[in-house]
Amino acid sequence: MGLFILRRLGVMLLTALCLTFVVFFLTNLGPNLEKLAKTQGNSRMSDAEVSQWLENRGYTRPLLVRYGEWLGVAPGWTRVDADGDITGRCIDFGMDPAEAPTFCGVLQGDFGFSTVSDNEVSNVIGGRLVLTGWLMMISFAVMVPAALIVGILAGMKEGSRLDRTLSTFSIASTATPEYVSGVIFIILFASSTAGLSPWLAANGWIDGRTWFLGSSRSAMEDITFWNFTLPVMTIALYGMGYIARMTRASMAEVMTAQYIRTARLKGVSFRNIVLKHALRNALIAPFTVIMLQIPWLLTGVVIVETLFNYNGFGWTLVQAASNNDIEMLLSCSIVAVFVVLLTQLISDIGYVYLNPRIRIS
Amino acid sequence: MEQLTWSGSLGPYLNPVMLGAVVVFATAVVLNIGMSLVGMRQADPIVNPDHTISYRMGPVDFALAAMKYAVFVVLAAAVLFIIGGIVQPSFEAKGIIGGVGAQFLPVWIALIATFVLSIRFKRRLGLYGKLFDNLVGMIGFGLVMFWIFTAIFAPMIATHGAIDVISSLRNDIPGTPVPDAAADGLFPYYLLGGDALGRDVFSRMVMGAREVLTIAPFATLFAFMVGITLGLPAGYMGGRFDTLITFIANLVLAFPVILLFYLLVTPEIVEAGVPVYMAAVLFILPVIFVWVLLYSRYRSQPSVIKWVAVPVTGLLLLIYLGTVFRFDPFVWLATSFIGYLNQGNPVSEWMSTTREAYEPLIGIPIDGNLLIVFVSVVFVNSPTVFRIVRGLVLDIKTRDYVAAAQTRGEGPWYIMLWEILPNARGPLIVDFCLRIGYTTILLGTLGFFGLGVDPESPNWGSTINEGRRLLTVYAHPPLPPALALMSLVLGLNLLADGLREESLKD
Repeated sequence: MGLFILRRLGVMLLTALCLTFVVFFLTNLGPNLEKLAKTQGNSRMSDAEVSQWLENRGYTRPLLVRYGEWLGVAPGWTRVDADGDITGRCIDFGMDPAEAPTFCGVLQGDFGFSTVSDNEVSNVIGGRLVLTGWLMMISFAVMVPAALIVGILAGMKEGSRLDRTLSTFSIASTATPEYVSGVIFIILFASSTAGLSPWLAANGWIDGRTWFLGSSRSAMEDITFWNFTLPVMTIALYGMGYIARMTRASMAEVMTAQYIRTARLKGVSFRNIVLKHALRNALIAPFTVIMLQIPWLLTGVVIVETLFNYNGFGWTLVQAASNNDIEMLLSCSIVAVFVVLLTQLISDIGYVYLNPRIRIS
Repeated sequence: MEQLTWSGSLGPYLNPVMLGAVVVFATAVVLNIGMSLVGMRQADPIVNPDHTISYRMGPVDFALAAMKYAVFVVLAAAVLFIIGGIVQPSFEAKGIIGGVGAQFLPVWIALIATFVLSIRFKRRLGLYGKLFDNLVGMIGFGLVMFWIFTAIFAPMIATHGAIDVISSLRNDIPGTPVPDAAADGLFPYYLLGGDALGRDVFSRMVMGAREVLTIAPFATLFAFMVGITLGLPAGYMGGRFDTLITFIANLVLAFPVILLFYLLVTPEIVEAGVPVYMAAVLFILPVIFVWVLLYSRYRSQPSVIKWVAVPVTGLLLLIYLGTVFRFDPFVWLATSFIGYLNQGNPVSEWMSTTREAYEPLIGIPIDGNLLIVFVSVVFVNSPTVFRIVRGLVLDIKTRDYVAAAQTRGEGPWYIMLWEILPNARGPLIVDFCLRIGYTTILLGTLGFFGLGVDPESPNWGSTINEGRRLLTVYAHPPLPPALALMSLVLGLNLLADGLREESLKD
């Protein structure tokens, strides 16, 4: 088991290195740097000025060296200009060059400077991650139990009317991406001219003009039922169908197993067969699916945060990408990549741990 | 001209019927759930002394029957609305539902023809025919075919141009008449209203079907070709190659899709030429696939190789060069030769400038933005296909017919492509349907973020994105494309489910 985890960790580290390098490469292409120079310096700079600007800030050196600096395994560049002032990657504005550290990269905890929010990346991204953490946590708390219940109810009697109804529901939910369900939810529950709200307001059953709030901006300070239900529902609905289908398949397989038949022939009641005999084994496969669903949620989170104006991690990613905020985008990618790899690792270890056939051998 | 009502002249008769059916359905559902919670079940058949079986309906059966007939009544009313829309001449009588139904007339005819012919000959049509034994599969197939026919007949169905603006109809509600329509020769109504710029929502939805249905299936097909070309040898031969490709596939899979899109689909990347490199790698694999497919089978028949395999692969290679590199070897050779003969005089220079500006004859003209969208969708999908194919190959390669082929002395590529691949077709076809749906969702995501698409384009994702800004006030512009996308993906998923069920039966 120890060796297994070690090997998984090794592969994970290699993957993380490869992925961050790819992101680094794609964000540091020539046109991106030119755009950076023009937005940071002067938009009417000539080509020579652009290349001078980039050279002064260390952008013209080989890609691998700059990747090493960014990672914190190569010493940061320093440069003495014509006046004898020393500038360098690790020398912040107003800092004495002698005191500056040699290495300043991700490994040292220096994530760089965000050009859009005009602040250190590490100061910005923490708060954003907390906001997204709330969104994901509540979505998970809604999605997973609902999906498991739907899957188990559908899988316990394969082919029954209940199974057909619930399976159709889960197929429909996998066919409804967030940007469709979000739009439909807003129209149904949060539009002042369409859906249910005008009718409810006319009857005086709700206080405001709409039933739920179509924007979650206020949820960043204070999460309430009215401003957080729609985004959570939107994320939960799309992810639910897939987990429910996997649970159903796993449950249906377990229900045909020999020991279930034995329990039946012994005269155990159907309720006890499902709850005591089938459930535990049927939940091993969905565990992996649930863990692997987290990276999937990331796309959903980005869409939902854009749609509902909730300034979390996904929104930051969109802003960074569309405004060529290179360091911020790189940090966002690190977070995303690590979330993905960590969930993969947990799902692998958890699968081995949960499944006695693998654990004991 | 007046504002259209939703249901037109049939409304006063059919609306109460539909409402009644919906109420009956809802009551029956509630009753049914209540009764099954109490523990009541459907009645068992009674075996009579004369060995006939009779059936006495209990309360649960009555509730179920009520649900069934309520659904039939609603469907019948919908059909009547559409027939009413087609038959009645005036738009006031048609109403919006009837009017939209009448616009879809070519689709209805094509759908009915497809279904009648397919059901008539279903016993001779293999897996496709068996689909018509399965209600879920049939519904899915119907939905998918509805959108395919809509895409085919789009210019006949659309009432206005996809980017034609009538600024007085900005954000107007469904059924608004177009001012001076008769004088300008326009369709007299905006059936589903106008969007924020005053374009017709209905026509944009219809034309959007074309955009979505041209890219999604092709991108999926390419992803499959790439996945199969890499997955077959990885699974069959194993070893270092397998380890390497699996690692790369896992690498791509570990990339969050949205991040990849944001990194790849930007004007800067297109400027840097990355899509061309990626297309160069990804698009050569199908060409290799076709060549190996033909060569491994007809190796011993030189005439087939000479007259079929070489020309087909050559043509594909030309298309590849023309599409990806905008390079036409014939023109290049001809101009170089003429230029060589005319060294030192103006003809030579003229030849080289023409060569630069020349668009290859063979090759699909595809601009950088569209190419990057296509390439990134293929790139995201192919690792999953690769994993599926590899898993299937690992399973199938232990079968007896593979061992038989090995004993016969067949080459590895023959076994992979002509023994293993045909036997893996069932799961692959099912996954293909699912994956087109997933690709449609991905393309919608790209459109939603405005990545790589022309802002004027009627594609469903970008229409939803445009509509969402004023969503809480004007609900009608984003709703039709959202429902269209949902129904297409739902249709594909149901179709895949039906195909899976039917292919598991034998």
